[in-house]
Amino acid sequence: MTKTSKNPLLAFFSSVQLALFLLFLMAGTSIIGTIIPQNAPPGRYLEQYGAKMARFMELLNLTDMYNSRWFLLLLLLFALNLIVCSLERIPQVIKIIKRDNLDTSADRLEKMGLRARVTLPGGAQEGEAHIRKVFQQQGWKPQQRQQKDGTLFFAEKGAWTRFGVYIVHLSILIVLLGALIGSSTVAKKLLRDPSFAFKGSVMIPESRQSEVIYAFKSGTPIELGFGVRCDYFTIEYYPNGMPKTYLSKVTVVEDGAEVLSTDIKVNSPLTYKGITFYQSSYQPYQDYVVTLQKGAAELQTSSIIPHSQQQQWSEAGITYGIINRENRGEVTRRVKVWLSDGQGEPSIFWVNLGQEALVERPSGSYTFQAKQLYATGLQVTKDPGVWLVYGGCILMLIGLYVAFFMSHRKLFAMLRSDGSSATILFAGSANKNKVGFEKKFEDLAGTNR
Amino acid sequence: MDSSQLFGITMIAYLLSSAFYLALFIFRNSTPGFIGMLLAAAGLLIQTVGIGLRWYESYQIGIGHAPLTNMYESLVFFSWCTALFYLAMELKYKTRVIGAFVMPFAFIALAYASFSDRINDQISPLIPALQSNWLIAHVVTCFIGYGAFAVAGSLGMIYLLKKSAGDKPAQEGLFSSLPELKIIDDLTHKTIIFGFMWLSAGIITGAIWANEAWGTYWSWDPKETWSIITWFVYALTLHARFTRGWSGTRIAWLAIIGFVAVFFTYFGVNFLLSGLHSYGSS
Ligand code: HEM
Repeated sequence: MTKTSKNPLLAFFSSVQLALFLLFLMAGTSIIGTIIPQNAPPGRYLEQYGAKMARFMELLNLTDMYNSRWFLLLLLLFALNLIVCSLERIPQVIKIIKRDNLDTSADRLEKMGLRARVTLPGGAQEGEAHIRKVFQQQGWKPQQRQQKDGTLFFAEKGAWTRFGVYIVHLSILIVLLGALIGSSTVAKKLLRDPSFAFKGSVMIPESRQSEVIYAFKSGTPIELGFGVRCDYFTIEYYPNGMPKTYLSKVTVVEDGAEVLSTDIKVNSPLTYKGITFYQSSYQPYQDYVVTLQKGAAELQTSSIIPHSQQQQWSEAGITYGIINRENRGEVTRRVKVWLSDGQGEPSIFWVNLGQEALVERPSGSYTFQAKQLYATGLQVTKDPGVWLVYGGCILMLIGLYVAFFMSHRKLFAMLRSDGSSATILFAGSANKNKVGFEKKFEDLAGTNR
Repeated sequence: MDSSQLFGITMIAYLLSSAFYLALFIFRNSTPGFIGMLLAAAGLLIQTVGIGLRWYESYQIGIGHAPLTNMYESLVFFSWCTALFYLAMELKYKTRVIGAFVMPFAFIALAYASFSDRINDQISPLIPALQSNWLIAHVVTCFIGYGAFAVAGSLGMIYLLKKSAGDKPAQEGLFSSLPELKIIDDLTHKTIIFGFMWLSAGIITGAIWANEAWGTYWSWDPKETWSIITWFVYALTLHARFTRGWSGTRIAWLAIIGFVAVFFTYFGVNFLLSGLHSYGSS
């Protein structure tokens, strides 16, 4: 494989030793970042490792190593290695595929791993008929050429599978390219357009709307180009108290018009105009959304109220308030309500949040319902490279299958006849899965009896 | 009869199977080998029923989900994959002695799942992040890979054992009942190829799931990082073989190192490091 005069740089980048070395280096260094916590506040490293060690780690970027220059350089070298190595070999593969197999001599056939000799009575015509039958039975279409010692028949399958390896290598490059395109650092520093690709978050209180989100780490605001309103947020629990669902109902508002309303849950995000919103956190407020209704919806009101503060519903002539609550952490489970219409004793009762309470008063019956006010925390991502990454991944699986489990198989048959009998020399080769092809060959040559 | 009882029976079947395979290895008598195979197959069958039953049980208590969502269930599934992969290999390549080195893994995984007090065997409801079909695709693909790598690691060990016993004339010495070095080497290679496909698929499905749940397909959390380290190790192994012609002892060592990396990805990260995949510590 070593050609006489080769650019030393090219030779360096096309070597498989370099690939082995880089794989080893990447595997080895990646371990560091799983032992040293990444991106922790600086104080923590000082505390845990001491001043000297912390400075050393800072110097080598070990506290954010997967984004460090030296690690990215490793990845870059790896990609270069992959490109140069593959480009250098592909022409050789093409040469192998294009090779004129009908030029193969009888001597060469004799040296192939799989051989079988068949002698038939009859002449060249019977011999040819036999060969054609054998090939066609297995769905192989032979070509033929007259050589000096006889007629050579040849057919092949799966020549293209020799490219399987390069499909895999290409897929890795596609994944890396996708990662690059989706990187917020590249968008910010190289393209100078932070809105091209970003990762950030936003907290939207119920009934409010936001047109910006805030980039991770830097906190820089990024315009969405449309508004997202949180209509409603809720947490459902399993009977044992574990959270079952975090759900936000949101509405996209563009140019003052409501474009779409949908639910966002963990594992089912919303994508709009290439920007994806993920349910990632929430913030309970110590305020409540109270809905009151008189009779069968004669009158209705809804308002956001704090606790321990008297409220007026003047239309219905009602005074009410939340005078106590039962919390688990910051999440309220139930509230104690005080409600009066100025006639007789006020009603005082506990009600679970989300459930209706029917209150009979001299002035009529009222339905009371309260819900805690939340802000939903959405992670917001724009990653224009993700489809390249996914495409690369699918290509990789296809390529691996082709590279590992498919092979380039060739079948030759040399026919010689002396008028009264025909001798056929079958020969075959496969570049992979030789055992499997051996069986097939025996079927083909008709020697497996 | 509940699923954990079935897993208990499976565990005993795998233990006995290991013992009989070992008897085949030591005494070179084919009867215990056959019994070992029958026990392994019976264990696999019972375990399959057990996994199905556990799935059904989860629906009965109203939190139905595939039994692949915590450390206990993943250990059961790992043991299942290893036994299944091994039996398929035995069927195809007629290499019965190797069971003496593989079935103990299937047994140990189940025993550890049942007896370790770090591991909770309750069927528990799924937190929102785990409610995804990608989770199932991810666990299944990863664990088929892990099962194959466990077998490859055992084959590596067998290779080194046999090699260290020297190339004594046949029918002599404890290791003469093992297949020829060349065959072990070839099987190791085939097993790694199979595992590599599935590990790749496992990493990919995991990345897609992470992207659906958290908005990042790759965040270099320790579990992800260890899975890519493992992938690098096997990629290195494959290239060393394809392009540098490595085989035999060196590949055997790489198969063992690869399995150590798998083991660390699976356990080490859960118990020694912290990250997104912390469900394993419960
Ligand atoms: C981790 C990343 C990589 C993966 C997953 C990968 C995958 C593969 C696969 C599946 C094969 C097929 C082997 C076969 O069946 O013939 C292969 C072969 C090969 N790879 Fe890679 N590869 C990677 C990186 C590299 C790099 C960086 C180089 C650079 C030198 C390289 C050079 C080769 C060569 C020379 C072959 C042999 C091709 C042949 O058969 O002629 N690989 N690789």
